[in-house]
Amino acid sequence: MPEHFNIIIIGAGPSGLSAAIRASEQKVSYLLLEAEAAPASTIRNYQRGKLVMSEPRGLPIRSPLPFTASLRETVLETWERTIVDFQVNVRYEAKVVSLKRGKKWLEITLADGSKLTAEHVVLAIGVQGNLRKLNIPGGDLPQIQYQLDDPQAYQNETIVVIGGGDSGVENALALTGRNQVIILNRAEDFSNCKDSNLSQLTEARKNGALDWLLETRPQSIEGNAKGEFPITVFANTPNGIERIPCHRVIARLGALPPRPVLEAFGVAFPTPDLEALPLLSSRYESNVPCLYIIGSLAGYPLIKQGINQGYEVIEYILGNPVEPADTALLREKFANFCTDRGVDDVLEKIRKSVPLLAMLNTLQLRELVLESNLLLSQPGEYIFKRNDYSTTFYFVVEGELDVLIDDDNVTDDTLKSGDFFGEMALVSGRRRPGTVRATTPCVLIETPRRVMQKLIGSVPSMRRMLNEVAIKTVVQICIGLSLSEQDLNDLADNATLKSYAAGEELFHEGDEADGLYLIQSGSVTVSRMIGGREVVLFYVAAGKYVGEMSLVSGEPRYATVRAAIATEAVLIDAGRMSDIIARNPEIRSELDARYLQHLQDQEKLQQQEASSDSSSISGNQSTPSNLISFLIQQGVGEATDVLLIDESLCVRCNHCEQACADTHGGATRLDRDAGPIFANIRVPTSCRHCEHPHCMKDCPPDAIHRAPHGEVYIDDSCIGCGNCQQNCPYDVIQMAVIQDQPERSLWQMLLGVQPKALPTIDGAKVAVKCDMCKDIKDGPVCVRACPVGAALRVNPEELLSYAGGKSAEAALLGSGEE
Amino acid sequence: MQHSNIFDYKKYRYFKWAVVVILIAFAGYLLFEPAVGHYGGSWLGYGLGTLSALMVLWMAWYGIRKRRYRSSGSTQGWLSAHIYLGTAMTVIVTLHSGFHFGINIHTLAYGLLLIVVVSGFFGNYAYMIYPRLMTENMGEDNLDGLLLRIAETDKLARQIALLMPDDINNAVARACRETYIGISLMEQLRGFRADCPSALAVQQLTVLGNNVVAEQRKLYRDLYSIMVRRESLVRRVRQDLMYRARLGFWLYFHVPFTVALLVAMLAHIVAVFLYW
Ligand SMILES: Cc1cc2nc3c(=O)[nH]c(=O)nc-3n(C[C@H](O)[C@H](O)[C@H](O)COP(=O)(O)OP(=O)(O)OC[C@H]3O[C@@H](n4cnc5c(N)ncnc54)[C@H](O)[C@@H]3O)c2cc1C
Ligand code: HEM
Ligand code: SF4
Ligand code: SF4
Repeated sequence: MPEHFNIIIIGAGPSGLSAAIRASEQKVSYLLLEAEAAPASTIRNYQRGKLVMSEPRGLPIRSPLPFTASLRETVLETWERTIVDFQVNVRYEAKVVSLKRGKKWLEITLADGSKLTAEHVVLAIGVQGNLRKLNIPGGDLPQIQYQLDDPQAYQNETIVVIGGGDSGVENALALTGRNQVIILNRAEDFSNCKDSNLSQLTEARKNGALDWLLETRPQSIEGNAKGEFPITVFANTPNGIERIPCHRVIARLGALPPRPVLEAFGVAFPTPDLEALPLLSSRYESNVPCLYIIGSLAGYPLIKQGINQGYEVIEYILGNPVEPADTALLREKFANFCTDRGVDDVLEKIRKSVPLLAMLNTLQLRELVLESNLLLSQPGEYIFKRNDYSTTFYFVVEGELDVLIDDDNVTDDTLKSGDFFGEMALVSGRRRPGTVRATTPCVLIETPRRVMQKLIGSVPSMRRMLNEVAIKTVVQICIGLSLSEQDLNDLADNATLKSYAAGEELFHEGDEADGLYLIQSGSVTVSRMIGGREVVLFYVAAGKYVGEMSLVSGEPRYATVRAAIATEAVLIDAGRMSDIIARNPEIRSELDARYLQHLQDQEKLQQQEASSDSSSISGNQSTPSNLISFLIQQGVGEATDVLLIDESLCVRCNHCEQACADTHGGATRLDRDAGPIFANIRVPTSCRHCEHPHCMKDCPPDAIHRAPHGEVYIDDSCIGCGNCQQNCPYDVIQMAVIQDQPERSLWQMLLGVQPKALPTIDGAKVAVKCDMCKDIKDGPVCVRACPVGAALRVNPEELLSYAGGKSAEAALLGSGEE
Repeated sequence: MQHSNIFDYKKYRYFKWAVVVILIAFAGYLLFEPAVGHYGGSWLGYGLGTLSALMVLWMAWYGIRKRRYRSSGSTQGWLSAHIYLGTAMTVIVTLHSGFHFGINIHTLAYGLLLIVVVSGFFGNYAYMIYPRLMTENMGEDNLDGLLLRIAETDKLARQIALLMPDDINNAVARACRETYIGISLMEQLRGFRADCPSALAVQQLTVLGNNVVAEQRKLYRDLYSIMVRRESLVRRVRQDLMYRARLGFWLYFHVPFTVALLVAMLAHIVAVFLYW
């Protein structure tokens, strides 16, 4: 007969602990299960001495589990004390391996085979806990570890790192110098790594600082009774088994995504998207009755949220009505709007007025409103203007607005209660195609792209609806406004949305033409084979189309089109397009004109490429196509603003970096002398302000934003978790302590003395990156501080779409004034 | 896209200004000749003198301005103006003097000014040619990276050399121990060392290679290529330091002489008003 409890809580992270403590206060029969030997393994794995921050700031904590911003060590200590004080009924090293709905109760099996039953189960296992372990003989020896807290702690050891991903490589690099390091990589190269890691790795190997074995898997590990090395790894290499005696193994095999685990427990997901969140009721109950999911596993990425949910879920299970902790925040949000009603009523009203929001369940709607801005605008107020960068999406709850697409100040469209707008933010991250202005007093919900994206991943009906709208918008933007409503709908209904990974082909030179491709997001390069090598002719950004050449001429594809970065395109098939062209002479003539223009441009470019081929002196030729390829490699294809250094002017005075540091808390946001060079142009290590910033992807407090003019910046709610640093493919984010810099007085400058540093306020390391000096009146100081004008910021759209005439270098450096 | 260097900044705006200033000064000089001939004390002389003094102050202010990162506008514009108007001012000062030179404080101030200006011209020249050469030499590497690589090849070479015959070991050890890079300013400006131990070691190794026994040939070849690589690294670092030194050394004249000029100019003005 298995042991039975009223409530079993799985996972002793902040969420699970909070639930257990509340259960203990409420004196119900409960058990807390934790896979590891100590509570809160996620927090335990933070680096030593990290300041654990308590975001979102306004959210009150209502659980008896104490939590304030403090050092990792303090947090853990406090929690351990609380566990003792409340005599929490916890079982360590009790990893749950299966969970299913039995006849009467939920049945749980632990890794050691023991079984338990419960009326209610709270699942709070987080998303970090599922580190993949070494599943080989000897994989459980004490010298094997899955984390590297403090690389400084190891000296003069031989260390085997298993795993050729970024985390493995970063660990290995951190250990070089003081230790002998060997990486085992089961792939044939390190192509999954970030470029910067890759180059450091190659460098380190060239210098003999580390070594690696490719296509190699560990087979077993044995302890050694005597000798210098405590263990020996037996590795299966292409040349047979190799013995590697060593002191320590660090295995970085990645984490298992939580979804398969949940699915094995019977939890349903709304879409096949791996990112989708489990379906939950407003009381955190999943589709498996009496199975509750809270914390980061349920999609709430911060500690405070998890702690509150731990409390709430116990109350819900006991049938006690509680107001969710975030109600206070919602009430504050609604303070200027509908003060006469309760929060729930207001939410209901919002749901009733906006059909798109009616597709959400209560939990999702609360979350959306919490993360959004509630805007009350007056007649005549601009919501946004044409050419602002788009990052947010709007729902109209009340009121009416005008849409102005061109500059003529004539209304092109109106929006009213229940409508939504700003879908370009979801699509391409580029500039707004039109201006929106309130005509009556309005109530709007402004939602960040990230939140919408999360919802689109979880709510299929919303995804379908937004997709349709997006296709229509793209057709309108690419082909123009001249289509009739009917043609537009017809096109949109029959268009297909296609996604391409970076480098993938949309179509190939010589293919039969299948239709017109409207680039919805990302960008593509157009290339041809010239003299036996692929030469990039053009770069085409989102909002334009490709494939019209063959459509007009009826011949096979003239060039190859390839995604420069992850790209989405809307394909309109050839038949329908010819039909539309036949009925719309305007479109016909535009396509014809573009066709002729393209022919001319291509001819010119080919001449240039050919002549530079014959006069081939060095490999580093600055033909336009080489420069375009180079810049695209450097991520300029997805950038909205890049810093370049003209190395033929730069006098290496470093004033650019000093100016940046001086105006940005003492930490420079650019590294002038690191970064690739082509034709005297260096792309230094500095933020490219990507269209879809990778850094924003996984920021727990949502501290990374995009300003209307495109600047991607980090606000002061950063908790220093380092996710963005990991996610940025260009390595431009660093962790640093920000400290306001005193202004040097004239005398100090003349005498060369350093001013007294301002008193240190808060020593926590946070993520820092370029904010394009958005708060400084005259714009980027790096550019303005450069005495010789070597530092310049460019807009890649202009830069890359350049084709023809001058040499690429001349184009880049062309002294055209604004 | 906007991109220009310090000369064609804003379509040669300050060049045009400088030309206008010079033309006006010359016109004044030719049109208003005092009866006693040109001298600093005529009202034209005063005018030109005051103008020049203000311009000298303004020129010197550039050193402050370029470090005031929080000010508005672009430093590039300031430098462009600094160069063109500085040159124009030299002409004005010359006219101001009325070509009366002698051994006195006034001519001293003039001489200092010329040193500052000439060093400025040299600086301009350096700014024009060295950046490109530096990039050619360094490629995508940076100085710290190269130094690190030298240190690492040192370690590696020494380790291998330990297994080799003594004479080879000694040559390598000596190269690693005695190679130092650019200590004195002169050495930096010259950019190479005739008796560089690293180059010497490579030469010695070439000769000593003949004595290596068959089993050690492979090791020897490794060592040899490491030392060759090391030598070219050392050469590139020297080269880079040379460019840096040449880019910067003129400032050792430009700035101290600016200070001297300011003092001399003050003395000149005081002298003129007291003893005139
Ligand atoms: C580097 C980093 C820094 C961060 N910094 C902050 C910060 O400063 N402030 C902040 O608010 N948030 C921060 N976060 C986010 C925060 O860590 C999470 O939101 C929080 O830990 C989630 O709590 P949880 O209880 O849901 O899950 P977790 O804390 O992940 O806890 C899950 C627990 O379940 C256990 N477990 C897993 N699987 C099983 C199983 N099968 N059986 C039994 N037990 C299991 C695990 O061992 C673990 O102890 C940071 C995250 C990272 C990665
Ligand atoms: C009275 C005349 C001049 C004075 C007082 C003067 C003073 C200065 C000062 C104080 C600096 C700042 C140095 C530093 O701190 O780095 C400077 C820089 C410079 N000056 Fe002059 N200068 C004068 C004339 C000229 C002229 C005529 C030229 C050119 C033809 C010139 C070219 C330069 C250049 C190239 C720099 C370096 C800019 C930089 O790197 O920021 N100067 N000058
Ligand atoms: S930090 Fe990196 S990912 Fe984020 S916008 Fe800048 S370059 Fe792109
Ligand atoms: S400020 Fe200009 S010249 Fe000085 S290092 Fe930076 S880019 Fe080079």
